[in-house]
Amino acid sequence: MSKRGAPPEVNAGSMADIAFLLLIFFLVTTTIETDAGLDRMLPPIEPPDTDVIIKQKNIFQVNINREGQLLVDEELINIKDLRAKAIAFLDNGGSPSGSDDYCNYCKGARDASSSDSPSKAIISLKNDRETKYSTYITVQNELVGAYNDLRNREAQRLYKRNFTDMEAEYLNPETPSSVKDELKEKVKRIQDLFPQKLSEAETASASTN
Amino acid sequence: MSKFNKKKDAALPAVNTASLPDIVFMLLFFFMTVTVMKDSTLKVDNTLPNATEIKKLEKKDRVIYIYVGKPTKEYEKVYGTESKIQLNDKFAEASEVGDYILMERAKKPQELQNVLTTSLKVDKDANMGIISDIKQELRKVNALKVNYTTYEGDAFRNLQ
Repeated sequence: MSKRGAPPEVNAGSMADIAFLLLIFFLVTTTIETDAGLDRMLPPIEPPDTDVIIKQKNIFQVNINREGQLLVDEELINIKDLRAKAIAFLDNGGSPSGSDDYCNYCKGARDASSSDSPSKAIISLKNDRETKYSTYITVQNELVGAYNDLRNREAQRLYKRNFTDMEAEYLNPETPSSVKDELKEKVKRIQDLFPQKLSEAETASASTN
Repeated sequence: MSKFNKKKDAALPAVNTASLPDIVFMLLFFFMTVTVMKDSTLKVDNTLPNATEIKKLEKKDRVIYIYVGKPTKEYEKVYGTESKIQLNDKFAEASEVGDYILMERAKKPQELQNVLTTSLKVDKDANMGIISDIKQELRKVNALKVNYTTYEGDAFRNLQ
């Protein structure tokens, strides 16, 4: 009776259970998140070779004190009004028509005592060492928002879509390169209309140093 | 004969589950490949502020993280309640930030070394003093691209 049968089959019924167990573990531990935030460039540490003289009227001075109050151009203002103020300053286009700096796309007040043109306008941000980070971020957000609002306006006028969308698509790694090249030019053009000149000087301290 | 026939009709054919493990394995592999394990445990409180004008931080391999915030409950006794900097897994002083950036930069492949971004994950209750010190250090090592990492939300909620 040496009847050799096939070897007994391994029971694979529990394989699904094991796989499920692993699946659930990875499902729970997975975090598909991308961080997001405000992109900023810090100024290089070497001072520029030539001292550029900037007219006082082309500087938009923002000071944040330790209580989180804002002093904008020697005037105490509410943080909610900051964006509108910054837009008015950047979009002013004060130089007279015919001059080199004349800004033909500006829709501002054309006040001679405010900024000459968007490319000359500089926003200077100063804060105290005791200023809270959240206040600082809110101010940064509003200032970047002012630039974005103006850039969106111009992008809508020229290309019928928002600058922020265009930029996001341009920066997205999944965008095909043919689309990217086209976007690059447009993004560059809008950025040149309203270049982001946000300077952060060294922090003033309340104490002696 | 009729007896047999009756029996056959009554039993429903079992659903074939032989491919179930394959399907589950497929899902398993998907999640295994997309999973990113958390690389450092936070030792500081890290509630980020809100902002609306944010840009996504693409490509994790080009980002260096710096955490700032109050030490959490278990470290409070040793490190106090002042805001602290956390680099990788340990607390550090502002003066160590430069070295840390250089070290992290050296670890990255050559072609990425010039396009690195420093992500500042700062608790909303931190003071600007410590941030200014970090920024100064970053400027010293020429790591000029920073990202103030925030949550997406109304920025005015930060003020409450």
